[in-house]
Amino acid sequence: MRKFDTKVQYLKYKVLREVAREAWKDTLWENVLDIPKKIVPGRESTMRCCVYKERAILADRVKLAMGGDKDNPNVIEVIETACDECPMGGYEVTNSCRGCLAHRCEDVCKKGAITFDRDHVAHIDKSKCVDCGACSKVCPFNAIANRKRPCQNACKIKAISMNENKAAKINNDKCIACGACVYQCPFGAISDKSYILDVIDIIKKSENNTNYKVYAVVAPSISSQFRYAKLGQVITGLKELGFHTVIEAALGADMVAYSESEELAEKGFLTSSCCPAFVDYIRKAFPDMLEYVSHNLSPMATICKYIKENTDKTAKIVFIGPCTSKKMEVQQERVRPYVDSCITFEELQALFDSADVDITTLDESFLDNASYFGRIFARCGGLADAVQQGLKEHGYDDFELKAQSCDGIEACRTALLKKSKGVLDVNFIEGMACIGGCIGGAGCLTHGERNKAEVDKYGREAYEKTITDAISILK
Amino acid sequence: MKITVCIGSSCHIKGSRQVVEGLQYLISEHNLGDKVELSGTFCMGKCKDGVCVTVDDKFHSVTPESVDDFFEKNVLSVVK
Repeated sequence: MRKFDTKVQYLKYKVLREVAREAWKDTLWENVLDIPKKIVPGRESTMRCCVYKERAILADRVKLAMGGDKDNPNVIEVIETACDECPMGGYEVTNSCRGCLAHRCEDVCKKGAITFDRDHVAHIDKSKCVDCGACSKVCPFNAIANRKRPCQNACKIKAISMNENKAAKINNDKCIACGACVYQCPFGAISDKSYILDVIDIIKKSENNTNYKVYAVVAPSISSQFRYAKLGQVITGLKELGFHTVIEAALGADMVAYSESEELAEKGFLTSSCCPAFVDYIRKAFPDMLEYVSHNLSPMATICKYIKENTDKTAKIVFIGPCTSKKMEVQQERVRPYVDSCITFEELQALFDSADVDITTLDESFLDNASYFGRIFARCGGLADAVQQGLKEHGYDDFELKAQSCDGIEACRTALLKKSKGVLDVNFIEGMACIGGCIGGAGCLTHGERNKAEVDKYGREAYEKTITDAISILK
Repeated sequence: MKITVCIGSSCHIKGSRQVVEGLQYLISEHNLGDKVELSGTFCMGKCKDGVCVTVDDKFHSVTPESVDDFFEKNVLSVVK
């Protein structure tokens, strides 16, 4: 039974779990300083040079689990003590270079950056190299290595550099809070701020949902998570934690697909607005394209707005998803009134265990609000399929959808660049900042090939088969 | 009069959409649009008795098949 992809996630989880455990008991302020020692007891270090450094880093992790630096507006933060100051020299020829005769590296280098010494061993002229990596790909001995930091490698929008102490530094004017660096840093030195304490507070103050009701809105990618149990058991687990009920964000996705397809038919060109990191990227890197972004709120915000405006005005709603960028979205003025807090699947696992809720022992509850099309928003391509279906259900038979589904922020960048230059022959851009779509989100417990199939399967299990049927109940 | 139908997951699977559609039809058929307010809610906490419906806070268990009967006894006879 494997809950996490990496040991870094597991460490982060342990901190979250301990912080949450104390918070449920109202003993956090008494015991907060003891948490690092609880996680790393004894005198032998297990991760770093000594236990004292390990505990110092854990103290910083505890702070992030409690909401992080209040003065930093970004929801993603560097834990400077944890940053290992990895080398960042870019592409370098290693001693595996055998001084061959073919010189494929030289031929492929468009910048003429490769030269050879008397032993025919290759060298890269750093003043000419642009770190394209072409030489590395063609070398038959894999002798050219990329010494780029994993965080910088993960950050395709180049928001990460280093500070005067050589620790990673995030440029908040560029960062879109996608969390790619959070997931990729092998030392766990970049992390998303956690709002689990807010969630525990909301649940406790509801006094068993008597003062107000607490709703969990879950992202459809949940179908690819918690696979050691059944989805129905996860839903029961949420109710055990103290949520009044659980609602699919995918129903919001149905609502979005329905109105987005109408907006598209009217305007003739549109980009999606579901992925907060994609929208933030347009805002920061392609401001001229903002006018083309769909005016719809995201599925999360759409369903939460519906709940608060139409069914329960005093509702408190927590969104639970795969996404670190959603934590930024829920702070936006347009969204804030509808969503009270936001946590990831990683954090939900910590909440379950902090309250000793073993979901594998629970009965199953139902989760069924959305259609197939709302549910497949969780994977790249699903949104475009849903918009296509929306057009059909509206009766826009003459409108031919030409969609480009962008898988990851690099693909988004390429499409936006082409569109801004007028050389992209599509009328709809589906932008997904994470590879694979939401199932590739940094807040997922596990990532893998099977996840897409799980989402599609979950989609097919939906009671409602069309978008119109799924949303007709809301009118 | 206020009728609230549960549109949460459990009731949804038991046919709350059909119940809502049935009630919408009956309300307009009897021209009761100004007297009866129909709304939805997510979960009333009585999932086993779904589809859960309240009429001015009084609880009823309704199925898509019993909508006509429910409407006659608990809505029409009261309003008219």
